[in-house]
Amino acid sequence: MKKINISVTLWTLASKEVRRFLRIWVQTLVPPAITMSLYFVIFGSLIGPNIKPEVTDGFAYVQYMIPGLIMMSVITNSYANVVSSFYSVKFQKSIEELLISPMPNWTILLGFIIGGVCRGVLVGIIVFIVSLFFYPDFQIANPLLTVSVLFLTSILFSLMGFINAIFADSFDDISVIPTFVLTPLIYLGGVFYSINMLSPTLQSISKANPMLYVVNTFREGMLGVSDVSVVFSLGMICVFICILTISCLYLLNKGIGIRE
Amino acid sequence: MSEFALQIDNLKKTYKGGTVALKGISLKVKKGDFYALLGPNGAGKSSTIGIIGTLVTKTSGQVKIFDIDTDKDVATAKSLLGVVSQEINFSQFEKVIDIVTTQAGFYGIKKSIAKSKVETMLRRLGLWDKRNDQARTLSGGYKRRLMIAKALIHEPKLLILDEPTAGVDIELRREMWDFLKEININGTTIILTTHYLEEAEQLCKNIGIIDHGEIVVDTSMKDLLRRLDVQGFVLDLEEPLKFEPNVEGFDLKLEDPLTLVTAVNKDKSINSLFEQLNQLGIKVKSMRNESNRLEELFIEMIKK
Repeated sequence: MKKINISVTLWTLASKEVRRFLRIWVQTLVPPAITMSLYFVIFGSLIGPNIKPEVTDGFAYVQYMIPGLIMMSVITNSYANVVSSFYSVKFQKSIEELLISPMPNWTILLGFIIGGVCRGVLVGIIVFIVSLFFYPDFQIANPLLTVSVLFLTSILFSLMGFINAIFADSFDDISVIPTFVLTPLIYLGGVFYSINMLSPTLQSISKANPMLYVVNTFREGMLGVSDVSVVFSLGMICVFICILTISCLYLLNKGIGIRE
Repeated sequence: MSEFALQIDNLKKTYKGGTVALKGISLKVKKGDFYALLGPNGAGKSSTIGIIGTLVTKTSGQVKIFDIDTDKDVATAKSLLGVVSQEINFSQFEKVIDIVTTQAGFYGIKKSIAKSKVETMLRRLGLWDKRNDQARTLSGGYKRRLMIAKALIHEPKLLILDEPTAGVDIELRREMWDFLKEININGTTIILTTHYLEEAEQLCKNIGIIDHGEIVVDTSMKDLLRRLDVQGFVLDLEEPLKFEPNVEGFDLKLEDPLTLVTAVNKDKSINSLFEQLNQLGIKVKSMRNESNRLEELFIEMIKK
């Protein structure tokens, strides 16, 4: 009997996913660079100098924004890559190529997650390079924490995108959560401000926003300051990655949303 | 090891909403067979194929591919199977060569090994010149070829084709028939569903007819055709006739001055017809079947 080389199947799917977003780089890699450049110009260079450093933990506003904008790009791109790619294979029925092959379900999941992480991390690097044009002296306070949070966040939101794609029945379904859930939570999650600027009530409400923990843990890595406990945040990211991975594998094994 | 490439036992499928697609079908296809699975639309053919390829979840029953139970070792079972689906199921925006190479990768074939296999397959199916074209630019016939190339790239022992020649022109259909005959001779067991009954008659050794989720016929093609009581013949004449000739024991109709049509009961010899026509001075230039024989049987079977 034929023995299946699992590493080849995984490499095939992961490289296909990476090729896919690189092939359409104008749609996937250029827009975040342009959008973030505009944020840096408007908020960083024009409005930023008028903001007192006291409200941004002593940092220049443009410098304070950099981790938040990188995280915003990583979250949206990781999520968007997996949700659009997996929904597209469902829509075009090319998911049958995967389901009919002997690939185990975990390699299918891992292949798509690798695609999402590669795009998220690459976009994060692009946005960081763009930020250096506006703040060339940027020094990363804790590179290990920065890289860890970058990858963990990318994995977390790729998994969320996968679940969204499994349940999606139309292109509307894959844009609802990014538009109406992710974007507001990211904007209110401390990308542009410290929650210390808010009233005690709004601070309490903000602490219920998971994006706050992701953004601030990354800010701790890049700048060495955070509004929340880094250990708690890292722990929660890891717990959610485990829960979502188990959920994705359960859905794949049950065939929900992909098998009739 | 048993002699069967596929064994289906008491397979049932009820979809959400209560539609019963399969009512407990059982089927055995021998190794090396070329088997036709026929049935009207909605009979359960695609559900059966979907369950074999694990694209559809079965409600109950057992499927074995070369003795391997798909519930126990699905990966090995799937590695022996190739499926050509009814609908196009590849990414339309990728190049032909990438689609087939990627499919090989999904079966664990390294790129270095897949390279020569892909070239051979694309050349064999006339797709080599189009290897760098985006799949969406291919014509319907070439898309069908690409589907077959994809399904065969890992050299499956069992190939299932769900209406592979639907919408394909006659020339390409004949080419595909030759290709399928060749791979069958070389050892691949083939199961074919089709609406072109002539196709099944030309290619297949055995036949199953499925209707309303049940197997109503499972026999050899020869045996099935033997069940025909009456065969229709069309006689092309050398010289035109003005009236239908009166021939004892045969009901002849003059379709046009140069064409006679008749139905011959299988217990009668057609020699008698030729002898009588000869005595009347009517010369027959050529003769052919009035219509597809299998079609008549098929309609008869699903009416029961």
